[in-house]
Formats: sequence, structure tokens, C-alpha cells
Amino acid sequence: MKRFAAYEWIRTAVTIAIALALGYLVLVFTVDDPNEAFKWFLWGPISRVRRMVELINYTVPLIFTGLAVSIVFQAEIFNIGAEGQLFMGAVGATFAALYFPQIPVLHVVLVAAFAMLVGGAWAGIPAYMKAKWNASELVSSLMMNYVAFFLGLYFVNYHMRDLKAGYLVSYKFPETAWLPRLLRRYNLHAGILIAVAFVFVVWFFLYRTRYGYEIRMMGFNKNFARFSGIKVRNVVLYAQIVSGMVAGLAGAVELMGLYKRFVWQVSPGYGFDGIIVSLLARNNPLLVLPAAFLVGYLRTGAYIMSRMTGIAPEIVTTLQAVIILLITAEAFLEFLKRRKIIKEAMKTEGGENP
Amino acid sequence: MALAVEMQNIVKVYPNGVVANKGVDFRVEGGEIHALVGENGAGKTTLMKILFGMEQPTAGRIRIFEKDVRIHSPHDAIALGIGMVHQHFMLVPSLTVAENVILGIEPRRGLGIDREAAVRMVEETSKKFGLPVPANEKVMDLPVGIKQRVEIIKALIRGAKILILDEPTAVLTPQETEELFEALKNLTKKGVTIIFISHKLKEVKAISQRLTILRDGKSMGTFVTDEISEEEISKRMVGREVELVIERSQAKPGKVVLQVENLGYVRDDGVRVLNDVSFSLRSGEILGVAGVEGNGQRELVEILTGLRDGATGSVKLNGEEILGLDAYGIRRRSVSHIPEDRVEFGVALKASIWENLVSDRYWRQPFGNAVRIFPKTMRNFTKRAIEEFGIKADGPDTPVMMLSGGNMQKVVVAREFSSQAKLLIADQPTRGIDVGSTEFVRKKLIEARDEGLAILLVSADLQEILQLSDRIVVMYKGEIVGYFPQNVGLTEEELGYYMLGVKRHEPSRLKESMLS
Ligand SMILES: Nc1ncnc2c1ncn2[C@@H]1O[C@H](COP(=O)(O)OP(=O)(O)OP(=O)(O)O)[C@@H](O)[C@H]1O
Ligand SMILES: [Mg+2]
Repeated sequence: MKRFAAYEWIRTAVTIAIALALGYLVLVFTVDDPNEAFKWFLWGPISRVRRMVELINYTVPLIFTGLAVSIVFQAEIFNIGAEGQLFMGAVGATFAALYFPQIPVLHVVLVAAFAMLVGGAWAGIPAYMKAKWNASELVSSLMMNYVAFFLGLYFVNYHMRDLKAGYLVSYKFPETAWLPRLLRRYNLHAGILIAVAFVFVVWFFLYRTRYGYEIRMMGFNKNFARFSGIKVRNVVLYAQIVSGMVAGLAGAVELMGLYKRFVWQVSPGYGFDGIIVSLLARNNPLLVLPAAFLVGYLRTGAYIMSRMTGIAPEIVTTLQAVIILLITAEAFLEFLKRRKIIKEAMKTEGGENP
Repeated sequence: MALAVEMQNIVKVYPNGVVANKGVDFRVEGGEIHALVGENGAGKTTLMKILFGMEQPTAGRIRIFEKDVRIHSPHDAIALGIGMVHQHFMLVPSLTVAENVILGIEPRRGLGIDREAAVRMVEETSKKFGLPVPANEKVMDLPVGIKQRVEIIKALIRGAKILILDEPTAVLTPQETEELFEALKNLTKKGVTIIFISHKLKEVKAISQRLTILRDGKSMGTFVTDEISEEEISKRMVGREVELVIERSQAKPGKVVLQVENLGYVRDDGVRVLNDVSFSLRSGEILGVAGVEGNGQRELVEILTGLRDGATGSVKLNGEEILGLDAYGIRRRSVSHIPEDRVEFGVALKASIWENLVSDRYWRQPFGNAVRIFPKTMRNFTKRAIEEFGIKADGPDTPVMMLSGGNMQKVVVAREFSSQAKLLIADQPTRGIDVGSTEFVRKKLIEARDEGLAILLVSADLQEILQLSDRIVVMYKGEIVGYFPQNVGLTEEELGYYMLGVKRHEPSRLKESMLS
């Protein structure tokens, strides 16, 4: 088993190297000074403390969404609604930040809890539709992302919008709903601590509680789970709700830590990156941390490169897409292959089953 | 005749460090039926996977028809004229027989598949080798025996001259086995060489000309089948004498545990698969359910264990109606179940042995509580079970996927035997298990019975039914057609008449199965 894991690591490292080389190639064909640009891309995020802080802050929501996705993926449920759950969580957090009692410490906790509640409920909708009408959670959770976006903007726009701000943002949160800063001179907020703590919380949930056990067994073999007396229907439901709660929390932490108000006019994309993170981490919560860091690094590197060299944003986006796609494709293929092997094995033994 | 297969000094080390073959020499002559026998985990499947290109040998040489070859993939193997029917079938259930057979070698017409040509090809091959199959029917609707024929045709149509069959008879009834053997003999007349893996030594004796014994990854020699006795074979396989007779004391049945009355079930497609089935089962006894596979046993078991709903009638467990409860409800009422299909229901392949062993008890002390599970306790428990049931594995953390077929079955058996149940529903409990372990499982069944467990034993293996059952019912076309209050003097032949629907007991006699 150990040798096998080493082999996996080497392969991932090689893929990353190839992806970077390809990214470099993109720059060679589109930019005047590709070396300069690539240097910013590679070293930018660790060139200054301020940029390191930027990197860490960018990684925080990816950790949460990566964890959220890994929970449902371990159950072999393809709920890809983390984006919408995060967005609704953020809207819920905004509401709680503005209208809940402003008691120090407690306020932050309540905002976080409320965002988790909203995110969980939002994730529960496709789960319920699946249980009730057998609607594919893949499709419905994807659609729910759009619904979340427009519904969320509506709430912010018509009920919590700060008209004095001049653009579409909510009122500023009261200070009791801010996450503490970790550094005096830089805006490094406590979100990273919460995120790291949650890596262990989710790990514990999946590997040390009976709920996690049920989720994993169902993911391995649904028939086996049912046969063993696991209530598969319940598991399908709560796996998605718990995942939605983690995604919702991401929204709250992001707003309380970084912006102190609701600021998004486009969906931030963390939920989709969460899928990538989870795939890279092979759905293992402990590996979500480095995986989120890697994706965060690539994204931050690209932003810094674009800021420092004035390369067209389209090229930056292409570069990111190429690199992330390649890395994901490798993980994704691996994932598909594993699923296929298991499927083949399941069809076996001459059972009369459909 | 010339040598068809020559494997020299084959060594196989799996990536996890398990050495499955330790320098095996294996020679098969052209046109013979060569049996490969050995305990669970001895390395039979591994050796054959190497021959079929599914695994690469760590060391060793392979010659096919006296030529040195390298077999990197099943594709290479097929090109060399090697075909394999796996321990677990690899057909696509939703496709027709013809579609399954031609998968990957489709005859084309323009851009599409030439369906008529496909059916024709299949029918020709089927006729040529004397293996009748319904080319246009969906695979999922077929009995196992036919599915297997489809697998064989799949190999033959690709030009197989050497056919590997990994435990082909494990899932077959005696009648189906006989048909298969006829077909195999026919094949050898057409020049096909056959390698045949089985745990049933009687079959090995009946069909093979020579046999090779593997033990713990090493060859214990190749023998002319007629010159070696069953006892001798099993002694060389196991390394000790194996008792083939099981001591069985008189049952001392207690009160009724399971009471099934007028059970009926109509499948989704309108076929009535169970009709007015009634019987009862007491604690401390074994009730055997005999029958040719596909006569309603699978449905009966699934209904009793809560895996299938929609049945009519009544099922009482210790006086409580349980028809309509799901598997959760029934498991919590202390019922354990060894399923017929271990890969589909019995195990989670990717999960470790310890995770598989606690799937029915992770929620209760000492394995867990309302919130937590205790992996340490679970692992320790698993270590003991691995010892006790002789599961061949590195340790509790080994994924079940890496176990040999028989050892997977032992994992299932170990779980269901250790669950402190009141009722055990055992569907083909010894399927795919080697001689020694079969003996062990059967002894365990008797032991558990003597401790007061009520056991419903469903088996296609008549010898098993006769050896273990205190009372026997026979199922035919979804009905109980025979009832034997004791098995003294009962023969396999006599049972066979009822299984094939030739004989049938009077209704008054059948009713006795309810009394107890
Ligand atoms: N993919 C794998 N990875 C690691 N170990 C494996 C793998 N497949 C099999 N093994 C190990 O190799 C050994 C031989 O297994 P193999 O399947 O060849 O046994 P077998 O003789 O066919 O047994 P059975 O009668 O139970 O089918 C076993 O100890 C098994 O655990
Ligand atoms: Mg095998």
C-alpha cells in the first residue's frame, strides 16, 4: 500500500510539472516576455508577505469547499452545488451579521451557524428532490447554483443593499461580526485557523463517527450498505446537508474575514474549484489542505502575474484553465477508472440483477 | 501431443508485497482438460491472470504452443488463442447475448453495427461447438448456466484454442454442471485445450485428465487424475488430512423462530416467482431449501431479509410480523444473512477487511456508540476473526479487493457468524471456498445450530443440503413441492426428482412443514 501511495505522489508531481510546462508554452505564444511573466506566476505568491497573505486568504474558501465536496463524493453522490451553497451561506451570513444581536464573540458564532444552516438547507433541496422524484442530483444541484445566485442577489439588492456605497454591496457588518486579524500590518484573518480546524473536524466526521462510516460504506457499495442495515435514504440526505453546511460556512468566513460585507456580483467560483480540490485530494480531507493550497497558488500566481505585467486577463484565464484542467483531468481519469473497475466487478457473479 | 502452455518458474509479487506465485511450473498438453486445484489464496487465479495477460509476472517464462511469448494484455492473450472465463462474470447485463459476445469485435455495416451478421456469427459458433444460447435475449434474464455459456462463446469466437475456466461450476447446479462438462468434452474433441479451476474434487476427478496442485503459491506437482485419489489431492492441497465426513448430532429444536405463511411474490414484469410458500423454522435446527437455482430461492431470501418488498402473505419472526420491514429493521431484530452474491451485496471491495466485518454492528458497543466508532476495537476484533476463519490476508487493513475469491467469501461468513443472531439465512454459504474451509464452515453451522441458532440453508449443492439439514423443503417454480421431515436415507437422486418437478408431495404432507 505504501509503495502504491508513493507512486501516486510521483505521478501527481509529474502531472503538475507537465501542466506548468504547457502553461509556459501558452505564454510563449501570447506574451512578449514570457520568462518575466512566468517568473511572476511561479514566485509571485511568495515574493512578499502581503502576497503570501493574499495566497493564504485565497486558500481558505477552497479548503472549505474542497472538504464539502469530498464529503458528498465519498458517498458517491454527485452534488456539485457547493458554489450555490457557499453563495447562499454568504447571503445568510450577511443577514445574521446585520440583524442578529451584536454581542462580541457570540455574534461571529451565530453568523457562522446561521450560514451553515442556510448552506445545509440549500444542499438539502437536491437531496430531497432525489429522494422524492429520483431527480439526478448532478443536474439539479448544478441548476441550484444559478437559482442561488439570482435569489441571493435579490435578497442583498432589495433588502440589505448599502445605497450609499454606489455599487451593489450590502451594508458594512458591525465589528462584532468581524473575524479577528492575525497580523497587525496585513489582513490575514482567522479564517485559515478555522479552515485547518475543519480539515480535522471533517476527517473525524468521516473516519471516526458512525455517520462518516455510513457515508463511506454507501459510497463503496450501496447494495452492501443496504444489505448491512444502513439506512441508505437517510445517508443520502445527511451527507449532502453536512456538505452544504461546510460550504455555507465558507461563505460566512469569507465575508466576516475578508470583506466585512456582501460584495459579490458574480459568483466567486470557489465551489467549482472545490470540486477540483477534492478530486486532487482523492476525496481525502487531510489531503484537501495541500490540494487547496496548490489550486490557490496557481490562481494567486496568475493574478499577480497579470497585475505585474499587464497581460490580458483572457490569457491569464487560459493559462489557469490549461494548468488546472490538466491536473484535474489526471485526477479525474483516475477517479473514473477506479469507478469503472468497481462497476465491472459489481456486475459479476452472474447475479440476476438489473 | 504438443505442449499448449508452458509456464516456467513464474513469480508474482503484487504491489502490496504479497507473493502470490513463488516459482510455479505449469505445463498443459494440447487437447487435454487440465485441472488446477488448491486452497483459497493458493494463487490459482493469479497464475491464470498472468497467462491471460491481466497481470504481469515478476519473473518467469511463458511458452504457448512451444513458442516463447510475452503477454502484456488480454489483447495479446487473445491474439495467441487464449480465452478466459472469470471467477466473476464480466457480461453487460443490459445487452443481448449477441451484443455481449461481439463487444469489441463488432461486424460493421457502414458506420453502424451489423446486427444480423452479429447474430449469425454467434449462432454459427454456438452450433459449431454445441453450446446453445438465445442470441437475442438480454443477458440479465438468463440463468447462470447460460450466462456462462455466453462467456465461453465469447472466448471461442475470438479464436480461443486454450480456454481458462476459473471456478465455472461454483455457481452451477448439478444438472448445469453436467451439461457444461458435456460441452467441455466436446470442445476438446475440436482441439481446444481447457484449464479448469475448481474446489470440488469430485468434478475434478470426473472431467480432467491431469491436474496440478498449488499450495501457498508453489506447485505441489502435476498428476494423472486417474492415478491420484481425492484424499491424496486434498492432503497435498492442505498439507494435512481433511475429514470429508462431518459428525452431526441429533438436533434439539426449540421454539419456532421463523414462520412463513402463504408467501407470494409477483415480479415487476408480472411473473409470479413465489406462490403460497409456507414453512417454519425452530431454534436449534437447520432447514434446507433445495432447488435448481432460479426457482424463487433468491427472491425468498431477499424478501425474508428485507431487501425486496412487495410480497404478500406473512412472515413472523419470534411471533412478530416482519414482512414489509427493510433490511435495517430486520437486521436490528438479530437476523444475519450470507448472501448468494458476495460481490454485489456481501462486501465493499474498496473498503478494508475490518470495515467490512463491522458493517452490521458499527453502531453498537463495543464497536461504537450513538456517535462514534472505535476503529481500534474493530481492528482487534478483525484480527481474531482472520485467525479463527483462516482468512488469508496481510492484516485487518487489507482492502477486500485484494483477497482471493474464497477469502472474500470467508469475510462474509466471518461477519455473519459472529453477529450473535437468532436467525441465520445462509444462501450458498460455502460457494467458492476450498475443501478445508468448507469443512470448517459446515462444522460451524452445526455448532451454531447446537447453540440454538435457527438456520435457513439455501444451497444448490445437494451434498451440502443432505449433510447439514435436519429438515428439507424443495422449491420448484416458486412453490414448495417436497417436504422431508428428516434426511435419513434420502438420496441426491430422490431430491433431484422433486427439484425438476417430476415428483411432488401431497398438499397434506407439504403442510407438515408448517407444524413443527
Ligand atoms: N490485486 C491484488 N493485490 C494484492 N494481492 C492480491 C491481489 N489479488 C490477489 N492477491 C493475493 O494473492 C494471493 C493469491 O490470490 P488468488 O486470487 O490467485 O487465489 P486463488 O488461488 O484464486 O484463491 P480462491 O480459491 O480463493 O479464488 C492471495 O493471498 C490474495 O490475497
Ligand atoms: Mg480464485
